[in-house]
Amino acid sequence: MNKMSWPGKIGVNLLAWLVSILMFFPIFWLILSSFKTNALAAAREPAFIFSPTMASYVNALVNSNYWHYALNSVYTAVGSTLLCVVLGVPAAYSMAFRRSKRTDFTLLWMLSTKMLPAVGVLVPIYIVYKNLHLLDSALGLTLIYTAMNLPIVVWLLYTYFKDVPGEILEAAEIDGASLVDNIVRIVTPLALPGIISTGLLAIVLAWNEAFWAINITNVHGATLSVFVSGFKSARGQFWANMSAASTLSVLPILVAGWFTQRQLVRGLTFGAVK
Amino acid sequence: MAVVELSNVGKRYPGAESLAVEDFNLTSEDGEFVVLVGPSGCGKTTTMRMIAGLEEHTEGAIKIGGRDVTGVAPKDRDIAMVFQSYALYPHMTVRDNMAFSLKLKKYAKSDIKKRVDDAAAVLGIEPLLDRKPRALSGGQRQRVALGRAIVRQPQVFLMDEPLSNLDAKLRVDMRAEIVKLHRKLGVTTFYVTHDQTEAMTMGQRIAVMKDGLVQQIDSPNTLYQHPANLFVAGFIGTPSMNFLTAEVSDNGQALSGPDFQLATDGPRRSVLADHGQTQVWAGIRPEHLHLSDSESADNRMQGQVEVVEPLGAMTMIQVLIGDTRVTAQIKPHQMVAMGDTVTLGCPSDKLYLFDKDSEMTLHGIDIGQSDAH
Amino acid sequence: MATRAIRSTVKTRQRQLGKASQGMISFLLIGPAVVYLFVWMLVPLAMTIYYSFRNYNLIRPTFTGWAGIANYANVLADPDFLSAFINTLVLVVASLILTILFGLFFAVLYNNEHVFGRNILRTFAASPFFIMPVVTGLIWSNLMMNPSFGLLAALWRGLGLVPIDFLAQFPMPSLVGIVTWQWTPFAMLVLLASLSGVPEDLKEAAGLDGAGAWKTFRHIVLPQLGRPLYAVVMLESIFFLVIFGQIYVTTSGGPGTATTNLPYYIYLQAFSAYNIGAASAGAIFAVILANIVAIFLVRMIYSNIQEEA
Ligand SMILES: Nc1ncnc2c1ncn2[C@@H]1O[C@H](COP(=O)(O)OP(=O)(O)O)[C@@H](O)[C@H]1O
Ligand SMILES: [Mg+2]
Repeated sequence: MNKMSWPGKIGVNLLAWLVSILMFFPIFWLILSSFKTNALAAAREPAFIFSPTMASYVNALVNSNYWHYALNSVYTAVGSTLLCVVLGVPAAYSMAFRRSKRTDFTLLWMLSTKMLPAVGVLVPIYIVYKNLHLLDSALGLTLIYTAMNLPIVVWLLYTYFKDVPGEILEAAEIDGASLVDNIVRIVTPLALPGIISTGLLAIVLAWNEAFWAINITNVHGATLSVFVSGFKSARGQFWANMSAASTLSVLPILVAGWFTQRQLVRGLTFGAVK
Repeated sequence: MAVVELSNVGKRYPGAESLAVEDFNLTSEDGEFVVLVGPSGCGKTTTMRMIAGLEEHTEGAIKIGGRDVTGVAPKDRDIAMVFQSYALYPHMTVRDNMAFSLKLKKYAKSDIKKRVDDAAAVLGIEPLLDRKPRALSGGQRQRVALGRAIVRQPQVFLMDEPLSNLDAKLRVDMRAEIVKLHRKLGVTTFYVTHDQTEAMTMGQRIAVMKDGLVQQIDSPNTLYQHPANLFVAGFIGTPSMNFLTAEVSDNGQALSGPDFQLATDGPRRSVLADHGQTQVWAGIRPEHLHLSDSESADNRMQGQVEVVEPLGAMTMIQVLIGDTRVTAQIKPHQMVAMGDTVTLGCPSDKLYLFDKDSEMTLHGIDIGQSDAH
Repeated sequence: MATRAIRSTVKTRQRQLGKASQGMISFLLIGPAVVYLFVWMLVPLAMTIYYSFRNYNLIRPTFTGWAGIANYANVLADPDFLSAFINTLVLVVASLILTILFGLFFAVLYNNEHVFGRNILRTFAASPFFIMPVVTGLIWSNLMMNPSFGLLAALWRGLGLVPIDFLAQFPMPSLVGIVTWQWTPFAMLVLLASLSGVPEDLKEAAGLDGAGAWKTFRHIVLPQLGRPLYAVVMLESIFFLVIFGQIYVTTSGGPGTATTNLPYYIYLQAFSAYNIGAASAGAIFAVILANIVAIFLVRMIYSNIQEEA
């Protein structure tokens, strides 16, 4: 592997660059289209060089309801993530440091709820929400996203907490730390980088979620997934607007995603891959 | 400062078949430096953790300062522990590490500062107070760990192999420093090590453990001179004592085996006579063996030299006697080469005798070894 | 003797008390998370099972009572369900094969230390995974695959070919393509993590033994990827079973029922036909399908946890 001929090296580099460009190209094209006029975005001859316009961004940010949906996305993604962390930190602490015979079973059970298809619980949740007036509410969506991401958050936090040496907790215990002190003043600050990247992953997953957003919200509690899906019948029309709205919806989370690649693998594989 | 009293203390880990520690009896004196020593897995850590309250004892009773501490949380036992890994809080500065327990106890800020500064002065770590543990060397971390223990001014210090992560030179320095610290503070200290040299140089009293059982608790000198059994005799002292299976002949007048014949002195003769067995373990420390040229028939060991290790101040040789390798410490000017056949001699009053089966010492308390070399 | 016995029973009681309160603390710590998942996942699942045996239609309030297995029978007799079932399998299996082939290829490529800037390249190649499924659908169905204004149409014209209306003419392959674009990064990242775990000296040793690049890969690297590949297959199966957003904005399950998978079928039953009973019965089939995979996955996770403990 270390010895590689010059043509081989060049070939491998070309291939790697080509693959990256091809994979990223649709996203690039989306971003490019967002700076075109609606007419140019749907021109029969694809335009690579043109004088960019911010018109679609202005349109999205000023004239449409973009902010309403964006705020709902922030509310549901951040809210559910905070709830996940609040519920997940004590649970993961207990699993990592107070192991019992039931610990592994509980952990596996939690992970297995993540394997339950959402459609399996769609109908009852829809009906219960209807009765509780939670349909089309950001709160209702937040509560579901919490359940959706909780297994992943608990799992990730558990793997991070396990890296904290038990002797440090014992030292704290001797120093007089209560359980709460231990969680709040020792484990949480020590695992903070892990907790933050776990939270970031949970935000990414909630932000991008479509199934629940489309099925149980409509306008009032709807997120950017719903907003953007409103363009689904834009056959050749408003493509620049669509691209701008889409870019605004995906770009921040794409950047967050770049920074969570590792957590993503760790979190979404549930330890099936070591 | 307090007396620690262990009576019939034992520990069975959940699901374990045998006891990790069994029937441990020890009452420290106030301010004593007690060392627990023994090979890895013998139950030293378990014992310490039971005293600390990190592990519940499942048998017997533990008293600290006269109070039964069963069910008492570690923080309420008024003890401080130094861990092998130091277990410093990585996200806190040295000062915060040391102050943590005092903060939790809600001491006044000025009190905390004074105590931390005092402890730092004692340990010479004042310049490090604002650093994080990550930025410290092993020896510095060790001091901080000690500092964290002493700011609390506890009744008892517990130290579990605190020096085993340091390099050899630093270990020797810190050994002396901990002893000095103990003398200065006068706090009852339990100290765990698997290194018998550390135990001998530091302990006022040493408990030698094996397989969860205490073998002997005595002062370093007593352990060396009157080992209670074969294990202690072999564990204490470097290089280890040599052991030979010996036939008892002439009613205890002589001990013999392949390639060796040892005369006994009066006290040993009567011990052997009383014992009445035909076979015993004979133990001889390497430092009590010497090269002898006189072929005295009743006290000699003969064999081929297998290893020669010149150490400067002395030379260690290993000689095959029968099928036992015997280590002897000889003078550096005595030239011996590998393959030479040599004769070793040993003063009769330096012989240790142990029962062949139970491996217990045959010596009564009063007949042991003379202190003179 | 007597005092000793008394003392030991007292102590046993103390310990049990201790255990009980320890258990209580553990419950306070884990309980909220467990209860939350129980309420949000298992209770609704039980309700789904219940509904699946009920006559329940949102626009026929008089249609009530036990349905027995009628909902299941109706669903099984519904040709749309059968096609949804088959579409689900096709979508899952085809996307699985493609994402793993591409993912493995990409992973090997980006694991090659001679690739200049491979971390950045990998990050760009991984990007599709972080795009909202809804936006993914929009990009492909409009900007890329639109038969008049799409980029692919322009490309086809440039090659002198007649542009293809991908989503109308080849709906399922197109959908598989879209899913593959979005999910190849997942397979790539997982396999890359495992690949970088193959010790370099192992490969070097193989090189010294005269193994070429292909043989080194085949005999040293690939065997190490066995478990990760197995894991990716199961994880992706579970994720692909519930694909929804991409279908919703591209084909809406059509043309006809060509791209209607189980989630979409259930969605239509519930929110177009308002047939809660049938939707629930369909959902139970989806759950069963997922469970078949989940059993193997959980077993694998369990053995990994055990190994670590
Ligand atoms: N948490 C535990 N659970 C079960 N067995 C243990 C545990 N800790 C230690 N042991 C067992 O108890 C014995 C004594 O261990 P330990 O006290 O750590 O020995 P030492 O510190 O002398 O090396 C060993 O056999 C060890 O395997
Ligand atoms: Mg130990």
